[in-house]
Amino acid sequence: MNVIERQAPALHSSSADVGRARQPRTRLVVGALLRKELLVELRTLQSVPGMSLFALSTFVVFHFALNRNSVEGDLAAGVLLVTLLFAAMLGVNRLFVADADQGGFDAFLLAPVERTALLIAKTLTLLAYLVVLELVAVPAFGLLLLGSPLGPALPWLVVTLLLVDLGVAAIGTLVAALAVHTRARDLLGPLLSLPLLVPIVIGGARAVEPLLTQAHRTAPAIRWLLTLGLYDLVFGLIAYALFDFLLED
Amino acid sequence: MHGKALRTLSISTVVAMATALALVFFYAPLEAEQGFLQKIFYVHVPLAIVALCGFVLGGLLAIQHLRTRDPRWDYRSYVVIHMSLIFAVGTLITGSIWAKGSWGHWWVWSEPTLVSFLIVFLLYATYQPLRFAIEDPERQSRYASVFAITAGAFVPMNFIAVRLSTAYLHPRVLGSTSNLPAPMALTFLVSLVAMALLFATMCKFELAAKHTRAQVRALRRRLAGEADARRGARSAAPSLQHVTAMAARVQRGAPPTSHTPGSR
Amino acid sequence: MSDAALLVQGLTRRYGERAALEDVCLSLPRERTLVVFGPNGAGKTTLLRVLATLLRPHAGSVSVLGSALPAQSWAVRGRLGMLAHEPLLYRELTARENLRFHARLHGVREARVEELLEAVAMGSRASEPLRTLSRGMVQRVAVARSVLHDPELLLLDEPYANLDPAAVELVAPLIGVGGDGRKRTRVICSHDPSGGLAEADVVLGLRAGRAALLRAADQVDPDEIVGLYR
Repeated sequence: MNVIERQAPALHSSSADVGRARQPRTRLVVGALLRKELLVELRTLQSVPGMSLFALSTFVVFHFALNRNSVEGDLAAGVLLVTLLFAAMLGVNRLFVADADQGGFDAFLLAPVERTALLIAKTLTLLAYLVVLELVAVPAFGLLLLGSPLGPALPWLVVTLLLVDLGVAAIGTLVAALAVHTRARDLLGPLLSLPLLVPIVIGGARAVEPLLTQAHRTAPAIRWLLTLGLYDLVFGLIAYALFDFLLED
Repeated sequence: MHGKALRTLSISTVVAMATALALVFFYAPLEAEQGFLQKIFYVHVPLAIVALCGFVLGGLLAIQHLRTRDPRWDYRSYVVIHMSLIFAVGTLITGSIWAKGSWGHWWVWSEPTLVSFLIVFLLYATYQPLRFAIEDPERQSRYASVFAITAGAFVPMNFIAVRLSTAYLHPRVLGSTSNLPAPMALTFLVSLVAMALLFATMCKFELAAKHTRAQVRALRRRLAGEADARRGARSAAPSLQHVTAMAARVQRGAPPTSHTPGSR
Repeated sequence: MSDAALLVQGLTRRYGERAALEDVCLSLPRERTLVVFGPNGAGKTTLLRVLATLLRPHAGSVSVLGSALPAQSWAVRGRLGMLAHEPLLYRELTARENLRFHARLHGVREARVEELLEAVAMGSRASEPLRTLSRGMVQRVAVARSVLHDPELLLLDEPYANLDPAAVELVAPLIGVGGDGRKRTRVICSHDPSGGLAEADVVLGLRAGRAALLRAADQVDPDEIVGLYR
């Protein structure tokens, strides 16, 4: 596939005074990209606040829709995961928009860098958005809707949600890159993501279910954590292998 | 390019389907519990298997497309996925009929195959809208291939995940395909072969039809002059650049030999 | 390995069933300027993007700075600069932040960013978001971006558009001369027959994706260029 076009040894150039490194290390490039993402997000606040507010509103809607003051067990797991998933869709929709609209892809494609640095940077960005989202949404959920105490559930909840986030971030980034160059980018993002995320919903909800009950304060079944982990791994690899093809022209 | 193979395929399909139908109605024994309705199993399960293999095949063809950049692979991938989607809808419909007949409901969540197919259908239903929403034909092919590979990898994983999740609810409602008595197994096998041949024939047909249409278009365009350059109509189907090149050669009087475009 | 900066033979790039570029041939020695003329849709931008390694050739051979595209695109990327229609800058970031970002992508040290900001007279407004600046100022920053890593080959799409004469004077030396004092090898797309011709060593005229005119600049009449547009 694109193996030839990666990991190229840098070439000597005539100009010496510019003081440039030949081919910047991928780690540094990812750092530069992350910095840029953070700056743009801080200036525009277009993703994280929206996602968090959406999650809070969704909890309120669930209260009325389900006609319940509190939820437990599998209902709680479902409400939490569905809310997080739909809020994540908002983030996915906006992930590459700034780059596509302001020519950011070309600028990156012209640089002598590994192209997967963009994938890594964007996945980490989306992951960061999801973590911040959960820092708001999970306590809010515990406050508003959860019938059992949140505290004891937290350690395993954090582990499970982290696995869920990794999967959502990997798939979300791939789908976002696919959708951004289409005419119906806001529509295709969620349409493509949701079926792909079903196994994560399955693993995540089943894993979280026992944590959100009064009586059974057990750990999640390893089967579901393994499902999540394997799914994350496979799709991470697929995204890594295919991302280059989405960038070039 | 497609003529001879098409004839052989069509004939074999007709023969196989006829045999299968004969076996289903006259040879296979009536199942104890479900009676005549059970015979839909000989349509439903082969549809399902062929559709699934079709989706995975679409992914493999897409890998070839990305590796070689030859638009013909994208074309095959498109047709195969398109056909598999139709077979998937067929699976859902026959499965639904079977569920209604033996369980009383048009839809059952406890049958993991059916549920997995619903998810897979929802995913692949976005394939054509995705293609249609990208104007640049080369980008369209490339993005479609990326999607086909991702979705193709997703199909088996989805099946495993859904099966895991329904394991707790009920045992399989619609019966498994193992431990089949010999007559049923034979009928099933023949039905499977017939379905696979039907799939292959229909794909060939679609490929041949599109190819011919594209040839005519290209020749017409060459004769009219390149003046009316972009016709503007967006399409979800991939373009056939190599056909244009072939048409150019034909017009110049050279033989239309097979030509692999693009540089690598 | 030839000494030519660019060697293009039989370049074809299709857009679906239509040819955006068809059978284009050209060569350009180092330190020379190629100016490309042609009406809209003739394929100028496509040609520029192919040379910039952003588009793959569908047929023919392209060699940029001694490397064959697309197999060796990676070898050439850091040595190219491009100034497109879009400034390729983030509107929410400041000029300085944008240039620093590009500097990190190219492994250029940060002092160079300040040098260039001064060179395009944007030092005083370098800390304001780009969306507050005028088009001309953004274009100046875009020029700075394109020469930040001192490329051997510069690809320019109407570089002087949006610039007032004073800005053009500021920017022209950056575009014209490299860090080592030698002239830059350049490919410029232009709509200005007299101005473009003045800068050209070689002229390429494109019409409907084909090379209608390819000659040394001193043998080209401005009327021929105007003729391309009819």
